[in-house]
Amino acid sequence: MPRTAMPPPASGETMTLNLGPQHPSTHGVLRLILELDGETIIRAVPDIGYLHTGIEKNAEKLLYAQVIPLTDRIDYLAPLSNNLVYCLAVEKLLDLEIPPRAQWLRVLLTELTRLNNHLVWLGTTALEIGAMSVFLYCFREREEILNLFEQVSGQRMMTSYFRIGGLAVEPPHDFYGCVDRLLRMLPGRFEEYEDLLSENRIWLARTRGVGVLTAEDAIAYGISGPNLRASGLQSDLRKDEPYSSYDQFDFDIPVRSEGDVYARYAVRMEEMRQSLRIIRQALEGLPQGPVQAEAPGIVLPDREKMKSEMEALIYHFKIVTDGFAPPPGEVYVPIESPKGELGCYLVSDGGPRPWRMRWRPPSLLNVQLLGKLLPGHLLADAIAITASVDFVLGEVDR
Amino acid sequence: MTIPSELAQNPILRKLQLFTPGVVRAASNFRQQLALVVPAELIRSVCEFLRDDSDLQFNFLVDITAVDRYPDEPRFEVVYHLRALERHQRLRLKALVSGQNPRIESLYGLWPAADMLEREVFDLFGIHFTGHPNLHRLLMPADWEGHPLRKDYPVEGHR
Repeated sequence: MPRTAMPPPASGETMTLNLGPQHPSTHGVLRLILELDGETIIRAVPDIGYLHTGIEKNAEKLLYAQVIPLTDRIDYLAPLSNNLVYCLAVEKLLDLEIPPRAQWLRVLLTELTRLNNHLVWLGTTALEIGAMSVFLYCFREREEILNLFEQVSGQRMMTSYFRIGGLAVEPPHDFYGCVDRLLRMLPGRFEEYEDLLSENRIWLARTRGVGVLTAEDAIAYGISGPNLRASGLQSDLRKDEPYSSYDQFDFDIPVRSEGDVYARYAVRMEEMRQSLRIIRQALEGLPQGPVQAEAPGIVLPDREKMKSEMEALIYHFKIVTDGFAPPPGEVYVPIESPKGELGCYLVSDGGPRPWRMRWRPPSLLNVQLLGKLLPGHLLADAIAITASVDFVLGEVDR
Repeated sequence: MTIPSELAQNPILRKLQLFTPGVVRAASNFRQQLALVVPAELIRSVCEFLRDDSDLQFNFLVDITAVDRYPDEPRFEVVYHLRALERHQRLRLKALVSGQNPRIESLYGLWPAADMLEREVFDLFGIHFTGHPNLHRLLMPADWEGHPLRKDYPVEGHR
């Protein structure tokens, strides 16, 4: 049975075309129902839900700490951003302050996540428009970033590295050298991509003036992040409502006014350069100290202490079996994820499990926007526009 | 929940009370996050006022979701997160909705962003949004029975 019935055509002159849910250009299992007049789209209806796994429901049955691995799987191109927003929300519920070193390392790693996300975005968007080599280059560089994630967490994608109260462990000693090497390598690589794209006539023809989103529409459709900044609004939660000591970093917010596919490309390219700046500052100014808050009963005790101190052993047992119970209340914590405003709304009833966890997914709003952006464009442009708004179906469907 | 005395002078709250006296039924400021409870039947007009008021400018609808307080009554809280993009301010609105035939007015006419957000709440909680032009299930299949995020819906599903 179809999930959403095909809408009846407006007149006998049009054709209804099913794009997806298995079409590679939909970046996962997105189904777009397009009504075409010749090659022009007159109506576009996104049909989603193929990847729904009930993450919000599952979270209600888990201890607070057990939810972290679920968050990796929401936006699987930005797992550390997901870890971060969830940990920040629980820490806000608990009113728990975490040490500066952990905050800076969180910044460093979420900026690497932004690079990871934008590299995949650039590679797949270029692939959609026919630039195969850019795709291969971007995935080559992305591999280096995944190696860094593996170094700190043991996992390339499902990191679960941030914990409530800080980080799981201190990164290994050779991690910083590898980050430094990456920072030296990437600027040259970005130039390579831009050599291939920025003045490429095909790229310009396919992106300039295509899929224009006005600032008014962006606000009305709840669009945030790079898509909003490509439409001329200087809005970035890292500056507007700083979290995790972003206020101590010096970086610019790239803005473009055109609102087309090219602007969304240009904003993301510049954003990657700004991420490099932030990572460099984090690397050079990284404060000394612990990477976990001093919060017995919430943060797991040191492994060594458990062998010599009875109290540490008891806390470990209590945290793993019973968890901890934040006071009753509710918080909404937003962060600037690579795709826009990612929010986590947590409701506590005073028990050890979240009464409700709501994930505010920027991807869902970006997919919804397609219904507005696609009509009036040619079918071929639908592919470029769909790629340009950036979404991950894991986050759309959760 | 009532209005705590330290919030009585809050400018947002005072503006709303001037707009419609008694519209804010309760307020809280847990962890410095302002949350206001407003009557469900006034949600649209309150949001329209907050969006269009030249001082408040809550022009960005961040999210619509719900919380099931089963077995309490009124059972559902429909939760709205608003953001003033220019002023970097946030506001949480809540409307209490009965478990019997739960319904509330749609915000689709104010923000098209509400379209899928409301469909998701309808799908997973079974709350009707009156005036929504296309209120179908969003994430679950069209022929699914029940609303999975309700507290009386088992996490492993109905077998």
